[in-house]
Amino acid sequence: MVKNELKVEKLNLWFGEKQILKDVTFSIPDKKITAIIGPSGCGKTTLLRCFNRMNDMTDNVKIKGKIILDGCNIYEEKTNLSSLRMKVGMVFQRPNPFPKSIFENVAFGLRVKGFKDKTRLTEIVEKSLKDAWLWNEVKDRLNSSAMELSGGQQQRLCIARALATNPEVILFDEPTSALDPQATAKIEELSVELKNSVTVVQVTHNIGQAARISDYTAFLYLGELVEFGISEKLFTVPQDKRTEEYLGGKFG
Amino acid sequence: MIKEKLFKYLTLTAALCSVVFLFGIIFSIFKEGYSIFAEVGFFKFIFGRSWHPTHYPPEFGILPLIVSSILVTAGALLVSVPLGVGSAIYISELAHPKGKEILKPIVELLAGVPSVIYGLFGMAFLGPFISRVFGLPVGLNALNASIILGVMVVPIISSISEDALNLVPRQLIEASYALGANKWETIIRVILPAAKSGVISSIVLGFGRAIGETMVVLMVAGGATSIPRSIFRPVRPMTSAIAAEMGETTMGSSHLHALFGIAIVLFVITFISNLITEWVMRNRGKNGA
Repeated sequence: MVKNELKVEKLNLWFGEKQILKDVTFSIPDKKITAIIGPSGCGKTTLLRCFNRMNDMTDNVKIKGKIILDGCNIYEEKTNLSSLRMKVGMVFQRPNPFPKSIFENVAFGLRVKGFKDKTRLTEIVEKSLKDAWLWNEVKDRLNSSAMELSGGQQQRLCIARALATNPEVILFDEPTSALDPQATAKIEELSVELKNSVTVVQVTHNIGQAARISDYTAFLYLGELVEFGISEKLFTVPQDKRTEEYLGGKFG
Repeated sequence: MIKEKLFKYLTLTAALCSVVFLFGIIFSIFKEGYSIFAEVGFFKFIFGRSWHPTHYPPEFGILPLIVSSILVTAGALLVSVPLGVGSAIYISELAHPKGKEILKPIVELLAGVPSVIYGLFGMAFLGPFISRVFGLPVGLNALNASIILGVMVVPIISSISEDALNLVPRQLIEASYALGANKWETIIRVILPAAKSGVISSIVLGFGRAIGETMVVLMVAGGATSIPRSIFRPVRPMTSAIAAEMGETTMGSSHLHALFGIAIVLFVITFISNLITEWVMRNRGKNGA
């Protein structure tokens, strides 16, 4: 029996008049990697940004439906956005470290929370950097600027930054699209390691990547969830014709 | 062919004119002014505590004028930095698009008001107001000049800071929100630090504008030539000394050379502030830490 971390129920989303997500319903299993795949413009990034309510910042957005996390609908009015986003971390397409020191990047979320205990802060920063496989490369220069790191290192720093608030879920929005193959491989391995402690939801338009690392896959097409299931099954015997065509490279 | 060549050389001449003007100005103020440094001595000129150019024997110490300029400019920045940076933050980050559309041109309109009108306002309204509130015989003093200059500088600081704030990459702002920061924390911890160099150069530019402004200080600063002991004293900044006294001098007199000497000091100060702006802008984003 798989425990579910996030439940998406009849999620609909509009930007202005345009409907981007249509009645999306599925459950994301706990401590697994769930990939969201689909052609560009299918709404996969928009769906991902629903989990930490990043779409709220866009003008003219309208959202209906529920996303249940820890038994609560995150779209209820009483939801505290700040604690939601600490529970649901996010890593973006392009590495986006702050122009601050490596240490301050990782400490950012805790500082915002008003975390004062210096020793504990140092411990958490160290642990997060270790968990993001960056510690050995930066332990001697925690005070240098994050901008001096390579692209792959910056992306791992962003992962460490997201881990520092001890999230239950981490959202990856095509985290390797701006990286070279070597850095990509490292991030892929890292996300497999991460699922021991957090639930990973990853958007990708790299089908190979989804097949390599994900346990479950959701295929989204024109805002509809076409198919969702165990990755092995979905990639080998897709149930829907559209999934089959997409995987076969007929469109995308 | 000939027409094209002619056109090229005509426009080249136009462009070279600026260079000629700049060097002409530098050359002439140095030519007229350097002799005062020799006559009085560099340190006695800059650090001399009394400016009595028409006494016998005359005294050419411009420290009171320099201190007046610095006092008034610092006061102006105390007014304009919070107002300018504050309105830039509001316009770029917080205002509703409609509010932005109205507010931005109004702030920029402030830059188009002729300085003599600011001066009139300071003389006719702010002066009497200051004298009543603080119980002073007259309200034309360093405080008055600081406030009026401060308001004049607001649009410079506001519009350049706003540009800098708008240039902060969207991804950084999203990263901050995604880590649980709210709008206010994002502005303080991410947007302002990332726009730091632009905000600093807007302040340095504002400084250059305030220290070089003449008409306002001539009208509202009061004109006393002693070293001011408080912001309520009338003062005579360098610019107003030059403008007020030029008409009293005779050709070739030491007083005239001294006024050019003040011009050299003023020119060097504004030149340095321009260099700082250049330097800050060039280093922007190189290492943000």
